[in-house]
Amino acid sequence: MHVIELHELVKSYGTVQALNGLTLCVPEGSLYGLLGPNGAGKTTTLRILCTLLAPDSGEVIFSGIDVLKDPRAARRKLGYVAQEVAVDKILTGRELLQLQGDIYHLPVKDREIRINELVERLEMSSWINRRCGTYSGGMRRRLDLASGLLHKPKLLVLDEPTVGLDIESRSAVWQILKELRSEGVTVLLSSHYLEEVEALSDQIAILDQGRVIAEGTPEKLKNELGGDRVTLRVREFSTTEESEKVRRLLKKVEGVRQVVVNRAQGFSLNLVVDDEGALTRIREELDKDEVYIFSLTQSKPSLDDVYLQATGRTLMDAELAVAGKRDVKLETKQSMR
Amino acid sequence: MKTNSVDLSLSTSIDDDNISNLIQEIKALTLRLFIQLIRRPSTLIAGILQPLIWLILFGALFSNAPDGFLPGGLSYGRFLGAGVIVFTAFSGALNAGLPVMFDREFGFLNRLLVAPLISRSSIVFASVIYITVISLLQSFAIMGTAALLGYGWPGSGGILLVSLTLLILVFAVTALSLGMAFALPGHIELIAVIFVINLPLLFASTALAPISYMPGWLGWLAALNPLTFAIEPIRAAYSGPLDLGLVILHAPYGDLNGYECLGILLGITIGLFLLIRPLLNRKLA
Repeated sequence: MHVIELHELVKSYGTVQALNGLTLCVPEGSLYGLLGPNGAGKTTTLRILCTLLAPDSGEVIFSGIDVLKDPRAARRKLGYVAQEVAVDKILTGRELLQLQGDIYHLPVKDREIRINELVERLEMSSWINRRCGTYSGGMRRRLDLASGLLHKPKLLVLDEPTVGLDIESRSAVWQILKELRSEGVTVLLSSHYLEEVEALSDQIAILDQGRVIAEGTPEKLKNELGGDRVTLRVREFSTTEESEKVRRLLKKVEGVRQVVVNRAQGFSLNLVVDDEGALTRIREELDKDEVYIFSLTQSKPSLDDVYLQATGRTLMDAELAVAGKRDVKLETKQSMR
Repeated sequence: MKTNSVDLSLSTSIDDDNISNLIQEIKALTLRLFIQLIRRPSTLIAGILQPLIWLILFGALFSNAPDGFLPGGLSYGRFLGAGVIVFTAFSGALNAGLPVMFDREFGFLNRLLVAPLISRSSIVFASVIYITVISLLQSFAIMGTAALLGYGWPGSGGILLVSLTLLILVFAVTALSLGMAFALPGHIELIAVIFVINLPLLFASTALAPISYMPGWLGWLAALNPLTFAIEPIRAAYSGPLDLGLVILHAPYGDLNGYECLGILLGITIGLFLLIRPLLNRKLA
């Protein structure tokens, strides 16, 4: 049963195409991660789902509600924690939560009970009566989580929930998100941190240039790639000639694919092996030419490999490529209401 | 947004539950503005002191004006009081858009827009309530000071008239300012527009001098200026027994009595609101 269904969403800001026919289904009760570099369309997708933005075309169904036709019904059932934390510096955390409760029309009595509950749970009691202007990034993030959860939403949407947070706050946020899932709340988060999505999500979608290019459980995505990743060094710091020679040797071995010389790491060789036997065959082949192995590490494919496979570049490269092209000012303006 | 727009008139089938929800959200949004005011009282203090300085300094500047300078032999201080009251309420309301603009820029507005507000006009109404209360506070400070300076007291009927006139004016100008807060790209632009509107509207009105004292073209401008229609009824309350049936404005296009002035003010307000409503609807839909 899908709690969110996004169909063929298209959205452009001026000449920049942010979403390019994005289709995404989120199962009820899952902790779903949207992974992608900056500019892939994650924030735009979440803003459309949260009724802050209208797509140029496409369909948004949340919990059986046509969000574009009946946004208010959708707003009642979802909590949104935005990327840029917006608090009123003059209000105390408690006053902000009270305001939040009032605009969600909680009866005053319930509102206070619920606030106390969340203050306790998110460990905010020592500072909740101080003004928001004095809070650290981690405190603000917790306050934001609390205000997103105040009305007991069916779905919690978080945009880059741990950007700029210290490690302690980050793990606190992670812990809460896991608890929420076990309580049956669907959690949809975006991130450009691989570890975050990998550690938290039971389902992920990889976004690139405004569309979903892969989706499923992290395990499934990695298994689909098949083969283990191997890094092989014949010396700690090798040379071009030597590594090229080894590369030619390795290419002859059966069950070895995608042999690449990694210049950045002392001309080590990165390759993919299809089965355990391939490693033995590599040793034999190299022994024949009296090439000795300095080190060999073997690992399961990571999400970064999934991303690399799907787009032909690493997540890091994609970030760098996009960083120069984005018109942040224009986007801020477009997103201002 | 291509969603169906939320009606600002609140006419769409509202049941009792919705009305109490509506009151709850307007109350909460208004409370926020007042908490800000109380914790940052500098704007309120400046807002009360500034018109008093106007009243004292401007009143003194022209206190030796020759006899017959003002119609009916009014003293300049008595004449000026109405102008300062209206101008203060006007500039206060003109600034109403600034907090909303900052909310837009800092993303706080998004917090309100993802919430299931019964009507997003609640955001507008909260501002209107807030500015109206402040304007009334300022006006009473001005009237009190004017009385101390010997410039007279409008009487209880006059106070009612002042309150009513300010209510109409503040509503119109607040709507205008909020409209600009949503239409303009940022607070720099909003402040620029406020600067350009503010003082010219003061000088091209009857706040500081009567029409009879102005060159013809300026007299025309003053006689079309909405501020004038708010100033003259209040001035009438200061210059003698209150009778709105009397002619209080000698405009180049004809004489107007108190009722006509207030009627025109109300008309301008409704017109302005109808003009701005589609914009607010679109931005807040």
